[in-house]
Amino acid sequence: MRDVPLWREPVPPDGLMGEPPARGRFGEYGGRYAPESLVEACREVDEAFREAWADPGFRGALARLLAVHAGRPTPLTPALRLSEALGVRLYLKREDLTHTGSHKINNVLGQALLATRMGRRRLIAETGAGQHGVATATAAALLGLEATVFMGERDIERQALNVFRMRMLGAEVVPVTTGSRTLKDATSEAMRHWVGATGDSHYCIGSVVGPDPYPWMVRELQRVIGDEARAQCAAELRTGLPDHVVACVGGGSNAAGTFAGFADTPARLVGVEAEGGAGAARGRLGVLHGCRSLFLQDGDGQITQAHSIAAGLDYPGVGPEHAHLRDLGRARYVTVTDDEAVRAAVRLARTEGIVPALESAHALAWVIRAAGDGDLPAGSTVLMTLSGRGDKDVSTLKELL
Amino acid sequence: MTNPRTNPRTNPRTNPKTDPRTNPEAGPALAAGAVERHLRARRGTGRGLLMPYVTGGITSGWTDYLRAFAAAGADAIEIGLPFSDPTLDGVTIQRASDTALARGASTRRILADLSDMSNQSGLPDLGVPLVVSTYYNLVLHDGPETFCAALRRAGVGGLIVPDLPVHEADELTGVAAGAGIELVLLASPATPRPRLAEISARSRGFVYAVSLMGTTGERAALAESAAELSGRIRRVTDRPVLLGFGISTPDQAREARRHADGVVIGAAVMRRVLDGAGPDDLRAFLAPLRQALDQECDRPR
Repeated sequence: MRDVPLWREPVPPDGLMGEPPARGRFGEYGGRYAPESLVEACREVDEAFREAWADPGFRGALARLLAVHAGRPTPLTPALRLSEALGVRLYLKREDLTHTGSHKINNVLGQALLATRMGRRRLIAETGAGQHGVATATAAALLGLEATVFMGERDIERQALNVFRMRMLGAEVVPVTTGSRTLKDATSEAMRHWVGATGDSHYCIGSVVGPDPYPWMVRELQRVIGDEARAQCAAELRTGLPDHVVACVGGGSNAAGTFAGFADTPARLVGVEAEGGAGAARGRLGVLHGCRSLFLQDGDGQITQAHSIAAGLDYPGVGPEHAHLRDLGRARYVTVTDDEAVRAAVRLARTEGIVPALESAHALAWVIRAAGDGDLPAGSTVLMTLSGRGDKDVSTLKELL
Repeated sequence: MTNPRTNPRTNPRTNPKTDPRTNPEAGPALAAGAVERHLRARRGTGRGLLMPYVTGGITSGWTDYLRAFAAAGADAIEIGLPFSDPTLDGVTIQRASDTALARGASTRRILADLSDMSNQSGLPDLGVPLVVSTYYNLVLHDGPETFCAALRRAGVGGLIVPDLPVHEADELTGVAAGAGIELVLLASPATPRPRLAEISARSRGFVYAVSLMGTTGERAALAESAAELSGRIRRVTDRPVLLGFGISTPDQAREARRHADGVVIGAAVMRRVLDGAGPDDLRAFLAPLRQALDQECDRPR
């Protein structure tokens, strides 16, 4: 295991989480490790996104879709009763209140709009918890595109409600029966499928992973979380900035979007991973699904199966920019157990009337633990992204509680 | 049969398109390594090249397949080091990789098996070059230098890494060359012209032409893109060109030979291995493919 830097003072922010990285590299991570058959497709996405992102027309169209369809801006909710109990001031960035119930819609609306601009008529996606799949199916329906969503058989069992939602929205859900039958294998299958479909389809990756330009493109599309939160903090917090910015990390898209809004501030960034899916905290340098990053591997270099009660954190790696932020010491990555996450979900439900997604409950579990053991000093201000709502997890919780 | 010395396809100095003096895209002419020398020599006799594939560690006596391949007239043999997440492989090779991994296969054990085979037979090799293929994670896991040195010690001459495109290959090319390993690059029907020239120039051993936009696996017919891609590669290099992906029958091999220097047969071999075919069965399967390639060579060109 590589040495994980301890807490450091934030590094000078110049360029960090700002411009697209040169050759898709975040330090030693990132890149475009795609089969030659996909390199040209990646280049086309890169070129199209750079053009679109510089085009006020595209940005305006996306902003409008986010406002009138996804329900942005999302509020910043002070968690008053829980804050009092914990001795810190906790604010929740409410991505659970977006249409479709998670931050995933931000990225997907952007990529779906890009796909139409590129003349593609179909979206390909992979999904773990089903939230990215539902968001993709939703955006496809909205923009008149077809959608094919790959999902591990095990996740299909765990997330039956989301599978039904995707099908109702008109998407084709393809069960993946290989490997661990979870997100990792669904991602491999989606990539294999894309190889044969680059002519008419856009691969809509759901997190800050994959070959260049996906890690930074998805971060840019999720930046809206951090930018909104930054402005809201400026308006509502006495100091104008939170002391800590916390988000859960599977691949890491909600965390990347949130962190991007605060990378140039003194706020301390904390990514919370599942104990069994801790790519940033315990991964080793490798290449998977098109990028060089940190992945859980066995002694022979085979990718190992991740485990988390939260299907969205059940991925054995982390986006390359997170690996870079970890190396720089700009963000710190910690883990919590399934049990801690479940207890945190119940606590938020009972103190604030919010049932969080089990993914987001991981971030909250760390806040609760850190407030208890002094890792979060008393009185400090914490911004936590509540990435999604827990409706999809009620059957899992029902079995446990 | 054409004389290779006067055939512009096999002599770069008589073909202005592949002569680096007249076509800068053709790249510098470097001395060929052992794999390329072997394939060029075989091609020079007018022979269509045959490279069967086997997943390393798929059975306890898997190296017997290599002997069968050599006996069946293989010109090179591709050995897959199984990886948990093969993103460019179709169902057959995926299943073969899973089976091998479930048996405990690993880079270390497969290379040890190759070394053992050389020791037992008392021969330095099978008389044909061995080319390993695997995903980049396994190369990075040991580090490119250690990985390439281990390949070399096991008697392997070439390396194919399907998820390492030319623009990411710098880290490995020098190390591989230093260890005497020829790093084979892949070209696909989607590869645009400037990059195709770069791939053809920087590939060592041969150029692996991916016949279609898809994953490995048997197909009913050779894709139309195979001929077009082979032709485009031919225009920028005289390095041997092997067509892979989807080639599984003598007819397809014969057709492929009209456009390229030879074929890679992977999924069709592995489907039979997974169904229980032994080395003799594979030898029998490859014989008509060998024959088809030979017949195609005998046709007036």
